Amino acid sequence: MNAILGEKLGMTQIFDDEARAIPVTVIKAGPCHVVQVKRPEKDGYAAVQLSFGEVKPNRVNKPAAGHFAKAGVAPARHLVEVKVDDPDAYQVGQAITIDEVFAEGTLADVTGVSKGKGFAGVMKRHNFAGQGASHGNHKKHRAPGAIGACATPARVFKGTRMAGRMGGERVTVLNLEVVGVDAERGLLLLGGAVPGPKGSVVLIREAVKGRKETDRG
Amino acid sequence: MNDLDMLEGAYLRDDVPEFRAGDTVRVHVRVVEGGRERIQVFEGVVIARDGSGIRSTVTVRKVSFGVGVERVFPIHAPIIQKIEVVRRGDVRRSKLYYLRGRSGKAARIKELRD
Repeated sequence: MNAILGEKLGMTQIFDDEARAIPVTVIKAGPCHVVQVKRPEKDGYAAVQLSFGEVKPNRVNKPAAGHFAKAGVAPARHLVEVKVDDPDAYQVGQAITIDEVFAEGTLADVTGVSKGKGFAGVMKRHNFAGQGASHGNHKKHRAPGAIGACATPARVFKGTRMAGRMGGERVTVLNLEVVGVDAERGLLLLGGAVPGPKGSVVLIREAVKGRKETDRG
Repeated sequence: MNDLDMLEGAYLRDDVPEFRAGDTVRVHVRVVEGGRERIQVFEGVVIARDGSGIRSTVTVRKVSFGVGVERVFPIHAPIIQKIEVVRRGDVRRSKLYYLRGRSGKAARIKELRD
């Protein structure tokens, strides 16, 4: 398996062999269950559907309950599909735990929904520089400045960066180092930050672009 | 206790003595020089304690050859061999940053008497 779902627990730091403090995100990953195996001959592509998270059985609607019952797994809160090379290696109902997916020292990509920032200005949203604090500036300290020319083109171009809703979108962070795997408690320690608030669900996948060897620092 | 605390707990050291701002401490630091390790002692006044759990740090200030030197040590870091409390100070605040602007007699700290 090359992916697993987990819940972000928060960040802390640990010390490595050379006594350096490493910032880590702790994720309670898995156990996930295989709910469906998709095959090229039937579905046109090869993938595995994974379930994660507890849910009260009475909160599951009939179609979803039927889908879980068919696979013989307990109803779960989250379902996600992961592409695999060999769908025959997986059976419906199979449990996936964290130690089968990641080993210490490998790299991982993490996908989650970033924290919502609400209606944010251009300095926060697009890293604009803003304007001067003094020199007679009046109520325009965080304003974007000009957003286009005058009579030509006589309009503002589409896609011009302005203030607006920020965050709350799907974000993937690439190549985070797996600092530790605690199979007993199902914890995954990743070096660095991961999108989303504590308690949010994240998808952790094997790095698609990562180097095999890691040189930290 | 949640999983995050459990994880931190494994790295916390239990040999940290009780001390607070105003106390004079002796911090034994492991220094690696060209492959061999030795212990360096840094003795000074605790002017601040920050953070909690594994992220807690202590700021120690001393005056060395007339120059004020401050070092921030992560209390639970493995490079710290041990921390000794030399003297207990009697101060009224938790951060003694005002010591930076003082020297000599004005920078003295009363000793705590029980």
